[in-house]
Amino acid sequence: MLVARIRGALRLCAVDAHARRQGLAPGLTLADARARHPDLVVADMDEQADRDWLKRLARHCRDWSPLVTIVPPDGITLDITGVSHLFGGEAGLSSGIEDALATMRMTCRLAMAATAEAAQALARHAPLPVEDEHGAVRALPVAALGLGEEASLALRRAGLTTIGAVAARSSASIVARFGLQAVTALRRLTGEEAAPIAPLPQPAPLHFRRRFAEPTGHQATVAACFADLLREASGTLEERGLGGRRFALTLFRSDGARHRLDIETGQPTRDPALVMRLFEERIGTLADPLDPGFGYDSITLFLPVTEPLAASQPTLDGNERKTAALSDLIDRLSTRLGSERLFRLIPQDSHIPEQAQLALPAIRETVPVRWPAPLRDEPPMRPLFLFDPPHPVAVIAQVPDGPPHRFRWRRKLHEVRLYEGPERIAAEWWRRPDGHHTGAGGEQSGTAGLTRDYYRIEDVRGRRYWIFRHGLYDEKPDPRWYLHGLFA
Amino acid sequence: MRIIPTLAADCTGPAEAGCWASGIASLDAALGGGLAGGRVHEVYAADADDVAAAAGFAGAVAMGMAGERAAVLWLRPQRAASRGGIVQAHGWAELGGAADRIVIGLVPDTLALLRAAIDALRGPATGAVIVEGWGALRELDLTASRRLALAAEASGVPLLLLRPEAKPVPSAARTRWQVAAAPSRALPGNAPGHPVFDITLLRQRGGPCGLGWRLEWNRDQRAFQEPALSGAVVSVPVGGSAADRASRPADPNHRRIA
Repeated sequence: MLVARIRGALRLCAVDAHARRQGLAPGLTLADARARHPDLVVADMDEQADRDWLKRLARHCRDWSPLVTIVPPDGITLDITGVSHLFGGEAGLSSGIEDALATMRMTCRLAMAATAEAAQALARHAPLPVEDEHGAVRALPVAALGLGEEASLALRRAGLTTIGAVAARSSASIVARFGLQAVTALRRLTGEEAAPIAPLPQPAPLHFRRRFAEPTGHQATVAACFADLLREASGTLEERGLGGRRFALTLFRSDGARHRLDIETGQPTRDPALVMRLFEERIGTLADPLDPGFGYDSITLFLPVTEPLAASQPTLDGNERKTAALSDLIDRLSTRLGSERLFRLIPQDSHIPEQAQLALPAIRETVPVRWPAPLRDEPPMRPLFLFDPPHPVAVIAQVPDGPPHRFRWRRKLHEVRLYEGPERIAAEWWRRPDGHHTGAGGEQSGTAGLTRDYYRIEDVRGRRYWIFRHGLYDEKPDPRWYLHGLFA
Repeated sequence: MRIIPTLAADCTGPAEAGCWASGIASLDAALGGGLAGGRVHEVYAADADDVAAAAGFAGAVAMGMAGERAAVLWLRPQRAASRGGIVQAHGWAELGGAADRIVIGLVPDTLALLRAAIDALRGPATGAVIVEGWGALRELDLTASRRLALAAEASGVPLLLLRPEAKPVPSAARTRWQVAAAPSRALPGNAPGHPVFDITLLRQRGGPCGLGWRLEWNRDQRAFQEPALSGAVVSVPVGGSAADRASRPADPNHRRIA
């Protein structure tokens, strides 16, 4: 439980469910509570931390609705008008929020009502879940009006214990006794008056627009204007300490047609010259060039994806310059060729040769990976080039399950001079639904489950190949040979 | 048992600034100190079956010139994967390259290939660029070749122009090589050894040409060495086919099983 100094004494401010069952409640002095239960676990109240946490929770709640507001000390209101269908209706939305908060080990009380005030009052005072919103509001205690201790006491003394009882009175008499704010609070609770919530401020989207006084088809004008937009965007990004990862330029033609161009960068950037260059690349790759028609009305620049980017300080060595040059080059080539055409290779945890590496777009920032270092003084064990699918070859072997003696590939006969092997690579039997087979069972699950015997071979001319026999003789009667890779 | 030749790059004469000493004294001397950085070097495959060897030679030179930490950009036409195979990072690492620093680009046509190459050569982003140009390339005329050479010169980034299945044409390249695979020095147990290449210097701008070498690539030192030097260490020649006898050592008592 949490305590704070209130009116000269340490009093309980918040208690957990266990303490509540022991009969402890907020407002009790710590001395009294200790007298009842000497082994209390007590911590100091930290209101600032509570506020900060509530703020973080509220930001988290933006997942469900853009309009979120904080109701101190412990409430959050979401305006779910028009958003609940995205989460499977109101029931789906509330269960989704409950699940998300439960994973953060937070207990919450959720209620929905026509107005923000009613929802807050129901969540705080009504027994949950609320079945009949109207009846539940009317059954709320008068404290739900939020008029303060004194006014609530006066209402209760006047015999008005529930909202329903207060609402049955004429509003003129309530105004006369408790002031206009009492009637306003009542009307908001009962849903007769709606007040918009003041949502948490959201950073304005990075959307920049230029309109032309009259349509222009002049390329230089549009380019100059776009450069201007980029400079403006760069200024805004710098203020916020951000860099753009994606930039979308839309050109609005006077006849209503619009062209949209997108570029992406590997590193967040706010350098207008670089973005301009990437857009030039992008325009250069268009299959049909931009047709200005009767001219463009306006252009907009939108930055859908941004990332934090600190102001950079150039270092003295040229290393940073080199890294920047590489990411710049990758951006340009990715923009021109398409991001999946320019890739880096990432090791995969598989011993099947064709699955041992994964090509990831170079523009995507990846964690540095370590490829296993080759053994010292060993010749290359894996080929530089791999054929996928492997090329079938005709092989003559001296003994049935021995190494190849000569083989025919691409209509040429190769005499084997040196060989090493077999390096036996078994199929990934744990991926097969029917599990591991030894012996003759391999045939029934298709050729995918066959063991491969790899040989590193060199022919008389010195060409080095990687050849495998697909299947052992006890797995398959007549296993075929394939050429899988080429060594340097 | 194999013994590593400790005799490494013993470059005679002062190495020209920006040159990469290949490790073979006579080769470096013929090139005036080594392969020049910031130049275009063409690599032709002697035969259709030697494409992998030519690529291995170009890759070895590229990783030697780029050094330990610089990135290598490998630009390939899209159809190269089906014709020549998919580049394997494992294989690249086992040749001595940094597999996490290689960036591979697949380009749709020759024009895009040349444009990408020019862009890569314009800045100091990479340590070396490998460009694969399959077949006769109409677009790669003398002008385009000159442009590539100028871009490489300006930035100091070497370009290895790999030309599988192509006939040499006039170009602005500094050197032009023809590469064929050569029988490797067999390991105990008749296993293929380190890659060995037969290279011929077809042409050199302002230098001798027509010379040939047989080189073995030493992955651990990122340099070439002469295969004959180390071949004598483990020679136990025994009988076999005529081809076997022509080659160097073999020891059937030790079968290496991977």
